[in-house]
Amino acid sequence: MRRDAQAVILLLVGGGMLRLAWTGDYLNYVKPYAFWLIVPAGVILLAVAAITGWNVFRAKREADDGHGHGEPKVAWLLLAPVVGMLLVAPDALGSYEAERTGTVIGAEENRSNYPDLPDDVDPVPITLLDYAARAIFDEGETLEGHRIQLRGFILYEGDEPQLARMVVSCCAADARPVKIGFDGDVPANLEQDRWVEVVGVYTPRQGRDEINGELVPYIEVESMTNIPTPDNEYQ
Amino acid sequence: MYWWVTSGGRCSPAAMPHNGSVSAELAETENPAERSATPARASKPSHRRRGLTSIEALALLLIFGLTARPGLTEIFAAPAAQAWSARFVAVCVQAFPFLVLGVVLSAAISAFVPAGFFHKVVPKRTALAVPVAGVAGAVLPACECASVPVAGALVRRGVAPAAAFTFMLASPAINPIVVVSTFVAFPGNPEMVFARVAASLGAAIAIGWLWARLGKTEWLNLPKHHHHDDGKWAAFWSAIRHDFLHAGGYLVIGAAIAASLNTLVPETWLQPIADNPVLGVLALAVLAVLVSICSESDAFVAASLTQFSPTAKLAFMVVGPFIDVKLAAMQAGTFGRRFALRFAPTAFVAAVLAAVLMGALLL
Repeated sequence: MRRDAQAVILLLVGGGMLRLAWTGDYLNYVKPYAFWLIVPAGVILLAVAAITGWNVFRAKREADDGHGHGEPKVAWLLLAPVVGMLLVAPDALGSYEAERTGTVIGAEENRSNYPDLPDDVDPVPITLLDYAARAIFDEGETLEGHRIQLRGFILYEGDEPQLARMVVSCCAADARPVKIGFDGDVPANLEQDRWVEVVGVYTPRQGRDEINGELVPYIEVESMTNIPTPDNEYQ
Repeated sequence: MYWWVTSGGRCSPAAMPHNGSVSAELAETENPAERSATPARASKPSHRRRGLTSIEALALLLIFGLTARPGLTEIFAAPAAQAWSARFVAVCVQAFPFLVLGVVLSAAISAFVPAGFFHKVVPKRTALAVPVAGVAGAVLPACECASVPVAGALVRRGVAPAAAFTFMLASPAINPIVVVSTFVAFPGNPEMVFARVAASLGAAIAIGWLWARLGKTEWLNLPKHHHHDDGKWAAFWSAIRHDFLHAGGYLVIGAAIAASLNTLVPETWLQPIADNPVLGVLALAVLAVLVSICSESDAFVAASLTQFSPTAKLAFMVVGPFIDVKLAAMQAGTFGRRFALRFAPTAFVAAVLAAVLMGALLL
């Protein structure tokens, strides 16, 4: 690969990463903190691209053809993530994954403390994973007496609608769903993948995930409203 | 100008480590031809026999990519393809910054650290240098993508390969970020953190000593950074460019495999295996190799695999930073295929044994 082609590839990879950071689409793939990794890395790659390009330009003027010195052919593969980042730009993982993966609740089993929810907030917004952990491993003790607000997307397990959210620990490659069942008056014909905000109270009812047999907690629904897809679809 | 010279001293631009299996004769017959052709091309204004140059190929690909974009989005609109490409892009976006950190560090070592420095700092006797390198691995707070190029730079700078490999294995396994994330993933379970550090450090040192006894330098096919007249900064930038393009290409292969496995292998397959203690350990060790999660986060994934025994989870966390498909590809790129073919199975066996031992002692 010639060095001018290398400069272009570096430019595309670095530019693609900076574009993800600029548009906020990086949240579809990595955790928010990764912004501070992506931006400097993208800037460094652009700098390397610029310096390589300048060297090629200078070498051309000095009648050197700038031919690459047998540089790695494997570098062509870097075009694949460029295509992924700039052209395909896949959406965040959602119901397709959640349908095929068991609920992730087990990771919280060893959690030792469940801090009290604030009394002056109503309803209390918490994450689905936090709700599930409190409901299953703490028998809902800290949930009693509070109205809870959860945000997630609708997922169907068989005919039964559930609230789900993907949990990411490093990047979207390890995304796994956490699922919560609905008790009480649930609106009919909920649309799969639709983002909703659920306000409700703890119920001791529990089910089992069909895929991995883990416990699925339920929430007694008071109200359910459609919300726009959040910027960060993961929790 | 820069030349990438193989450690054998042959001036062979085409003998890059990734095609280390190319036989010596082939490399030798090809390269002089290529080199002699280059000045001829430069001097002749008309070069009809010249094929498509890489920059032209790239331009064509880009034009094709832009015009085919509606078609591409259609192909990738299927949910499975979306999920696959999201995972693929995610692994790349997460790993590239660490790779950049690694190649910048390794380029700085190559360009600015005088050759004699490591001779003074690292103990002369390899038997002693190996554990020192293992403990020093705790300092580099980066994942395994960074440690591979850094180890390559250390070997080029004259550090004993045994010590460099111990550093490469220990650094992603026992650095502060990993220790903290393991602690967070296994709350109220500090023996898991201790077992992880002990097993990883022990296995890394064991492999270093094993290499010192049995390893052969000719297995290594390491590109040597030579620079002539442009100074240290030019060498620095040139090394970043080369190492990123090189290791990045291999990272892409690993990312594609990891994305495929995460998307295609149904979780239900794991359930019956988890119930058997021996199979469970082996299954999670193999899983760690296949899914290629970075070491900062593998503790969370291990903790979520609740069906498995603690020793199996420990094996997952010890094997992952040592060897996985992404790392094997990068190691083959940095040190040559002959090296990777021997190193990968050894690292796997050592990591599993260390995990089982520590699991039996502590968990």
